[in-house]
Amino acid sequence: MSTLTAQPLSPQPLAPELPANHYLNESHGLKSWLLTTDHKRIALLYMASITLMFAIGGIFAMLMRLELLTPPADLVSDDTYNKLFTMHGIIMVWFFLIPSIPTTLGNFLVPMMIGAKDLAFPKLNLMSWYLFNIGAVVTIYAILSGGVDGGWTFYTPLSTGYLNSHVVAAATGIFIAGFSSILTGLNFIVTTHRMRAPGMTWKRLPLFMWSNYATSVILVLATPVLAITLALVAVERLLHFGIFNPALGGDPVLFQHLFWFYSHPAVYIMILPAMGVISELISTFSRKRPFGYAYIAGSSIAIAAFGFVVWAHHMFVAGISVYAALVFSLMSYAVSLPSAVKVFNWTATLYKGSISYRTPLLYALGFLGLFTVGGMTGLFLAALGLDVHIHDTYFVVAHFHYIMVGGTIMAYLGGIHYWWPKISGRMYPEVWGRLSALLIFVGFNLTFFPQFILGYLGMPRRYHAYPPEFQVWHVLSTAGASILGVGYLLPLIYLTWSYKNSPVAGPNPWGASGLEWQTQSPPITHNFVTTPIVTREAYDYTGIPAPALAVRSEEEASTYVS
Amino acid sequence: MNRYFPFFPPEASTTARGVDGLYFFMLTVCGLTTLLVAVLVIVFAVRYHEKQHPHAAHIEGHAALEVFWMVIPFGIFMVMFGWGARLYFTQNRPPNNAIKITVVGKQWMWKIQHAEGQREINALHVPVNQPVELSLISEDVIHDFAVPAFRLKMDVLPGRYRTTWFQATQTGTFHLFCDQYCGTQHSKMIGEIIVMEPDAYRKWMSTSLTMGSPAFEGQRLFQGLSCISCHRADSGARGPSLSGLYGQPVHLADGTTVTADENYIRESILYPNAKIVAGFQPIMPTFLGQLNEEQVLDLVNYIKSLAPQEQTQPYSNRTTPPAGPRPMETKTYPQ
Repeated sequence: MSTLTAQPLSPQPLAPELPANHYLNESHGLKSWLLTTDHKRIALLYMASITLMFAIGGIFAMLMRLELLTPPADLVSDDTYNKLFTMHGIIMVWFFLIPSIPTTLGNFLVPMMIGAKDLAFPKLNLMSWYLFNIGAVVTIYAILSGGVDGGWTFYTPLSTGYLNSHVVAAATGIFIAGFSSILTGLNFIVTTHRMRAPGMTWKRLPLFMWSNYATSVILVLATPVLAITLALVAVERLLHFGIFNPALGGDPVLFQHLFWFYSHPAVYIMILPAMGVISELISTFSRKRPFGYAYIAGSSIAIAAFGFVVWAHHMFVAGISVYAALVFSLMSYAVSLPSAVKVFNWTATLYKGSISYRTPLLYALGFLGLFTVGGMTGLFLAALGLDVHIHDTYFVVAHFHYIMVGGTIMAYLGGIHYWWPKISGRMYPEVWGRLSALLIFVGFNLTFFPQFILGYLGMPRRYHAYPPEFQVWHVLSTAGASILGVGYLLPLIYLTWSYKNSPVAGPNPWGASGLEWQTQSPPITHNFVTTPIVTREAYDYTGIPAPALAVRSEEEASTYVS
Repeated sequence: MNRYFPFFPPEASTTARGVDGLYFFMLTVCGLTTLLVAVLVIVFAVRYHEKQHPHAAHIEGHAALEVFWMVIPFGIFMVMFGWGARLYFTQNRPPNNAIKITVVGKQWMWKIQHAEGQREINALHVPVNQPVELSLISEDVIHDFAVPAFRLKMDVLPGRYRTTWFQATQTGTFHLFCDQYCGTQHSKMIGEIIVMEPDAYRKWMSTSLTMGSPAFEGQRLFQGLSCISCHRADSGARGPSLSGLYGQPVHLADGTTVTADENYIRESILYPNAKIVAGFQPIMPTFLGQLNEEQVLDLVNYIKSLAPQEQTQPYSNRTTPPAGPRPMETKTYPQ
């Protein structure tokens, strides 16, 4: 066996060439992709699926923002508007945000980061992609056959007794996609336990692995509760069993308990992998071990654990007892502590680093800003007396978009840029990358910051028309959304372009320390020629030269776009 | 400036000031913390740029620092928690001297009834500087009664009475929103809270078209539905006497005891077999589907009004006669 990791690579040649054999050219044709069990190809399949779903969800969002440009209802009918926000939510939550980082970067990186050839169950991995797509197709069927309203939250008894739209079809789509989540989580847990290369101890795991592991535990434990809840909704809707509807003898608040028991941890399914990505990016681009590795790793586990006991903070005005509310408020403050610890540790990592402002780092710093604002406003919502005022207003809308969209997508795109050389074997145009990070940061804040103010003014969620005095903030928000839309579109264009046209990256263009950078780019199907033996700690940069590749200076960067 | 760029809603209730106080405290603390993080990130990013600082230092971490930035935020969080909890308790404990008003939400309107019988839709007239207690229930799906100027919000559930309160501190007209998505015309389920000077309020009350008071209407129902034939005070009655029932413990056939509150009375009308009073047979028919929520509310109010052994007395002998015109045959609503 080789001692790859014991001896850092020598400085790279200035003009690396693409390797002759890699996972992308190992076999050709549609069948070789649709029947692949290679975790890297499955990651790309997922990337295609979720990008398509993101585009659909994004179009719904743009239509909503256009409608909200003026106070009266003028662009679409009330039923159409209600369907737009419902389908935007369903698609973005279950078909983009939850799968986003785990199924793409997670699938690609988990085996590579621990020195394995593939995930523990490669066929199961492919099956989970098919389940995801079947779920997506069923949901798209629900959209095309007339759509669904009721909100992504499916609150009862509205969803079970009072809607004429395609509730059961949409719930079936989510139900099926849920199994894809469970299988992916299971695969990652087993892989992390059983597939680590010799010497890859738990304390040497990259922080992305820790957060991905914590996420997988939530996926496996929480998703079945969602499946049961949606099944109960279907049973009440179709067979009129009294479960949630008081007119049939049920309890509507019971639904909310079940739903949020999944859907609150689901927020951590979205944000924990993002936190893992950010730890990697900040470390690499300050060429420094993350400050307080054990605290960052531990806080991921703490978030996953505490995340299961805060669900009723969505229900402070919904009819739970005052004392239950007290407990859930307290637990919500408890879960915010490990997130704060992460932010402080990332900031401290920059201290005395050797920082280069590459696109992935800009995305990471953007994440830091948006996540901090999102997290802080969560403290407002956890305060019982204050939540009574801002619950179910645009304050909540802004808060969870800062976390789930600002945080998760910033990290997702930062990660895509960072690992793009590994995925594709090529760089991307640096100037365009930086521009997209900037546009997304500015566009995002302009879209969602005014919504905090709207929320405190009392603008309710899910309103198709609104009092005229709120208009100015809606206009700013819609303006921001158009900038944000351009920002999201850019990487899609230049990354696609770069796949054929950008300079070849070489195995380790960033001078990074992770195992995935110790093999060629793009890797061979089995990732490593021989199983690596790990003798170094994680994030040990000694002996790894700073990036030699050409994109270091502005002048050179500009040559890639001209 | 505020006209074009409004930042805060009117502060028009006694709890509004307290909520805003916590809001400004949190804005300050969180604003300063965010600023601190931003400044540190920018300073580090500039100071330790690879050109100035080509070799990163090796730093594992710092245990004392970790403890420091866990303990300090935790302390601040506990202040936020305690402050928020105190407000919440105030919001959930109506004072004793409040005017009582019932609110029924349905797709897509708010139906409001005053204690003396005045009924309104999508509007609520209240006097300034006087506590008002709302009893809320929905006829169909979950709605949410939200008045931003009062920092007031409560989900309105089907099948269950809930109570909240406010005390307006300035006159004027304020937004009433439904904040819980409730179907097609959710964004049209809006209304106005009109806060009036006490004199103007009294005048409004005396000139508004009214039904009988809810208790009066309830008595008519009680007789019309023949409830009286079983629920009598004499020893041979087939149903328990309802005199002085409200607020008292009720011993059930299964040995447990419940307190006779509004939700218990409502349940006993609609689901009579859910809780059987000790010593009686489960023979009462259900009124589920025969009464709408307003009629159930009327009955509950009538039963609440029964003092001990007063049940057989005609309602009109009571000390507070219903105000306004006497009951009409068909229900119509002002506005």
